Amino acid sequence: MSDRTERPTADEPNATTGTTGPVETTSSGAVRIDKSAEAPADRDTPLLEVRDLQVEFRTREGVARAVNGVNYSVNAGETLAVLGESGSGKSVTAQAIMGILDTPPGHIAGGEIRFRGEDLLTLSEDKRRAIRGDRIAMIFQDALSSLNPVLSVGYQLGEMFRVHRGASRREARERAVDLMERVRIPAARERVNDYPHQFSGGMRQRIMIAMALALEPDLIIADEPTTALDVTVQAQVMELLAELQREFHMGLILITHDLGVVADVADRIAVMYAGRIVETAPVKELYAAPAHPYTKGLLESIPRLDHKGKELYAIQGLPPSLTALPSGCSFHPRCPLSTERSTTERPPLHPVLDASEAPVAGRGSACHYWKETLHG
Amino acid sequence: MAETAREPILEVRHLVKHFPLTRGVLFKRQVGAVKAVDDISFELFRGETLGIVGESGCGKSTVAKLLMNLEQPTSGEILYKGEDITKLSGRALKAVRRNIQMVFQDPYTSLNPRMTVGDIIGEPFEIHPEAAPKGDRRAKVRELLDVVGLNPEYINRYPHQFSGGQRQRIGIARGLALNPEIIICDEPVSALDVSVQAQVINLMERLQDEFELSYLFIAHDLSIVRHISDRVGVMYLGRMAEIGTDREIYEHPTHPYTQALLSAVPVPDPEARDRRERIILHGDVPSPANPPSGCRFRTRCWKAEQRCADETPLLAVPEVLRDAEGPVRHPSACHFAEERTVVPA
Repeated sequence: MSDRTERPTADEPNATTGTTGPVETTSSGAVRIDKSAEAPADRDTPLLEVRDLQVEFRTREGVARAVNGVNYSVNAGETLAVLGESGSGKSVTAQAIMGILDTPPGHIAGGEIRFRGEDLLTLSEDKRRAIRGDRIAMIFQDALSSLNPVLSVGYQLGEMFRVHRGASRREARERAVDLMERVRIPAARERVNDYPHQFSGGMRQRIMIAMALALEPDLIIADEPTTALDVTVQAQVMELLAELQREFHMGLILITHDLGVVADVADRIAVMYAGRIVETAPVKELYAAPAHPYTKGLLESIPRLDHKGKELYAIQGLPPSLTALPSGCSFHPRCPLSTERSTTERPPLHPVLDASEAPVAGRGSACHYWKETLHG
Repeated sequence: MAETAREPILEVRHLVKHFPLTRGVLFKRQVGAVKAVDDISFELFRGETLGIVGESGCGKSTVAKLLMNLEQPTSGEILYKGEDITKLSGRALKAVRRNIQMVFQDPYTSLNPRMTVGDIIGEPFEIHPEAAPKGDRRAKVRELLDVVGLNPEYINRYPHQFSGGQRQRIGIARGLALNPEIIICDEPVSALDVSVQAQVINLMERLQDEFELSYLFIAHDLSIVRHISDRVGVMYLGRMAEIGTDREIYEHPTHPYTQALLSAVPVPDPEARDRRERIILHGDVPSPANPPSGCRFRTRCWKAEQRCADETPLLAVPEVLRDAEGPVRHPSACHFAEERTVVPA
């Protein structure tokens, strides 16, 4: 038992399970939440609401503003896709919600993260720990490096029940088998004592999903859950995730760079660029008529499966450095519509109006020229 | 593709690569083999792009290594202008290599961090001094930087000073240095962000026209492969399942694996979500060390019958489609080949 402190990831918090390194006793991190004692959630309060979140990293080159005032919300049973390229701040936002941001160098410079109306940022570490993994769970991109290589998958799945629910070893193992069956791992009972490397990539990602689902959380954050998988396996895993989400009526934040995956599963979408949300909309509306030049550029720059197409549209230039963000609109150096105004005045998230000048529910664009983009 | 371009510049015939699996340290004995590439044949024509798609472990990168002569094939031939390059060595091999260059997947690890961009792009000239006289090399490198859309003033910078997309341009410039005829691209854009991917793809297309290059374009992203390729080959577990023009493969696939692969690709169109037919394959790709008998795909195929286990289907126009006309008539290694449209137009 004592050698468990020697395990390679002992000093890194295991974010999915909400436990830090070795499990000393079952009572260590377990501030249990009695479900019946929970305050009845107001029907109008979203499950999760991020308000004006700001995250900074101190680096040698100066302060990198990774997240610059992000606002979004997710309701129960809803899938919100957060789309962005590397460095857009999509994963950092998720880490802030989970409370697994590397601090230092990172720190939350402002804003609120309200979960069922309660600001997570003001909670004590003990209380956050009880929420993390239990009410909000996360699925990471790379299952192989997120699972502990020296512990069997059954042990790691069972850890959720031992730590958060105080289950006995035998009970935890039984629950682990149930979970593996639920995510359709063949011969779950025989494989429960296998180690992560004995599973294929798709199976490992299923185990990650099982771990996130273990305590039937209210919200799942999936950070590029299928990026490392082959297409045929990706389809299996996405289908499984969508099915389980429906079954448990969970909120899902799907972080991805893949416009195809978003179109397949999301209800709403938030597009991030240089630490800000530049456009938000219901999925169908956004694909039919984007209202921000960046979104429009992205949609035009991807090759299509259904026809060969001519030369691809390419957004000029590169994403900006987070230590030296452009003035005004961060996208202006690459934008075809950029004017003097874009360089001086930062566009707020304008409500997008339809042809009859009525605001479209849930649509916003952080562009001075959203109208031109929408109709142009 | 020009009409005159029908002479194959590269011909691959029955290429096989098995990696031995051994047991024991002192008395090594072979206990099996990973059949990474198992009898593959195709042709690459001058000025065309042949896309190779397949999932991880299907052998597509091994094909690239074999063509580059970085691995010796177990058997089979690779004919470059009629000459088998697997048998060459010394000076003759060096001459052939000048004409077949490669662009790698990961622009972060395929450039030496301690060399300047000028040295990286100019290194091929050290190996092939006849390509550029010593005095001209810096000028040649500047010219190459300009060709791939980088500022020639950057010649003394190091790779870490560039973004991923710019690094891939450096990799492409290095590939172009010796003015090759063939460039083998192994997942050249998969490490790049969407907005940068388009820039690099456009660059590659422009360079192909400018220098009459033939590309062997290996990728797992089926949309990108369709965009850039004239013809596409679909690989599964070391074999070619189906090969044809982009229209034949994407609009008239006849092999069940191709159909499943295409139907699984997420399409950026939420309206298509409900009317698309999805073929969800069950299980994983079997191990190439112990592939199924007969048709390699039969363990995951919904059409599999006894015949598929007993008899290996050959890559040819299927019997049932021999009399068919139009794009459905193309080589497909399936006993029960049948057209099924899975990509809604």
